Amino acid sequence: MYGNDFGQPGATDSRAGAPPHPLNAAETPDYTDALAEYFDGLIEQDQRVEPRDAMPEAYRTTLIRQMAQHAHSEIIGMQPEANWITRAPSLRRKAILMAKVQDEAGHGLYLYSAAETLGVDRSELLDKLHSGRQKYSSIFNYPTLTWADAGAIGWLVDGAAIMNQVPLCRCSYGPYARAMIRVCKEESFHQRQGFEILWVLARGTKEQKAMAQDAANRWWWPALQMFGPPDTGEHASTGHTAQSMAWGIKRFSNDDLRQKFVDMTVPQAQKLGITLPDPDLAWNEERGHWDFGAIDWDEFWRVLKGDGPCNEQRIRTRVEAHDEGAWVREAADAYAAKQAARHEQGAVA
Amino acid sequence: MTEQHHVDYLLGLGDDALIYAQRLGEWLTHAPQIEEDMALGNVALDLVGQARALLTHAGEVEGADPVRDEDDLAMLRHEREFRNVQLVEQPRGDFAHEMARLLWFSTYQRELYTAVLTSTDETLAGVAAKAVKEVDYHRDHATQWVLRLGDGTQESHDRMQAALVAVHPYVAELGEDHDAARWAAEHRVGVLPSSLTDAVNAYVVGVLEQATLAMPDAPRWHARGGRAGVHSEVMGYLLAEMQHLHRSHPGASW
Ligand SMILES: [Fe+2]
Ligand SMILES: [Fe+2]
Repeated sequence: MYGNDFGQPGATDSRAGAPPHPLNAAETPDYTDALAEYFDGLIEQDQRVEPRDAMPEAYRTTLIRQMAQHAHSEIIGMQPEANWITRAPSLRRKAILMAKVQDEAGHGLYLYSAAETLGVDRSELLDKLHSGRQKYSSIFNYPTLTWADAGAIGWLVDGAAIMNQVPLCRCSYGPYARAMIRVCKEESFHQRQGFEILWVLARGTKEQKAMAQDAANRWWWPALQMFGPPDTGEHASTGHTAQSMAWGIKRFSNDDLRQKFVDMTVPQAQKLGITLPDPDLAWNEERGHWDFGAIDWDEFWRVLKGDGPCNEQRIRTRVEAHDEGAWVREAADAYAAKQAARHEQGAVA
Repeated sequence: MTEQHHVDYLLGLGDDALIYAQRLGEWLTHAPQIEEDMALGNVALDLVGQARALLTHAGEVEGADPVRDEDDLAMLRHEREFRNVQLVEQPRGDFAHEMARLLWFSTYQRELYTAVLTSTDETLAGVAAKAVKEVDYHRDHATQWVLRLGDGTQESHDRMQAALVAVHPYVAELGEDHDAARWAAEHRVGVLPSSLTDAVNAYVVGVLEQATLAMPDAPRWHARGGRAGVHSEVMGYLLAEMQHLHRSHPGASW
């Protein structure tokens, strides 16, 4: 659940007709208001904490942990999607997917930089990811088995991520809030592209329809888990929610965000012609919300603790890339040092 | 009347871009640093864009009934119908190999697109006008890395030198003339690849010198035949991966 502090976890085709609007939280007034605030420097100056401001140590460490986990989620989240780049079914889809994976890398970098404003550095945070001391969104511990999974990730995972992240556009820490404003805009684009992939599949051949339905079946429940454990009851976590809310890092509870996501997504599934895998899903007139079935929190904790289908694979891939790249990074440092020395020498001469 | 040489010339350019994009796409999530995931992704994305424009145009010039679009050409042709040079289809090596390959290929593409800016084929000239800026960036990116690796640490120097040697047998094919190119040059649609070789070599020699690297000796053998659809054994696997999903669902839209 990127954008959620918890032991974590991260152009429309004319053929697609007109997807519903808003399709995700970044297309709602919540986001546009945050955007307006952002450009209205006054509120920002009054209410945002900036890097040089004094801040409680616990606030600083909470922010570092959350931003780092968010950044890690962006980076690990590249893997399940990159898995389909070489096999994308058309050149247009290949290009869109490459651009998306590249965007996620950009989000990761942007968030690491935001975390660095609090006095840590990226290599330190990457070490913690690689050694398992910091987490990333557990959603990425599930495999992308068919092309429809690229669609389901965009539609559901990016959709849920945006739901978590839009409130962060007003987060009390300035650099994080600004990063979120930029990131949400791109995530919104990703979510539309994912929806469109499924839209086309759901209107395609029998096999394509089945592929879309199967992907929704597998991704729906993990997507709901992205909002973190429930606020109350036996599965509630003794996490950081209350403190984070008091500090203005978090603005809505896990269950509130989850409900908003369900309410926004169920009508979209209907429009797609996809059946969400929950027999208890029903409109509750009284509450004005969709009721949904019980989430398997045992599975959530199991995957979070490392026993998911891809946990080991994701970290192994990341660590291998990092280790295999060590000599390249060393060379770049050595070259930069030589260049600096040459400049200095030139200046003296 | 369809001029097959014209189609083949465009396919050669388009297939180079497509197949190299396919290989570069493999780097995403495996690059030495996150900035490089982005940079290589960017190069791959530019190349897919060039491939789409060139293949679409090749299909139009071919004028089959129905016209073959970019995906028909990318996903449904057989190995012997692909006209890319063998350099771009070679498996992904280490980062030094990729930079050696990118340096040669982007330098070649830059000379090529510059030369066809004035093509009598206006669509091709249009593609070149956009692409020339893209490949200028690709060449610069490769250049910067070859400098860093060549003049970085002893290990990076040795790896970069070994990479240049490994890539060398695939370089000459970029400058080899073939029937489609001879037709294209004659009709001022394109240029003879051999006419680009001096400029390409001059640039690479300059970079290597600055990077304290040596141009490898002439290799004992060199790749040939890509423009006639004769590839190395790795090509079939590359296409199997790239085409399998599309081919598994005949006639489907995506
Ligand atoms: Fe992202
Ligand atoms: Fe995204």
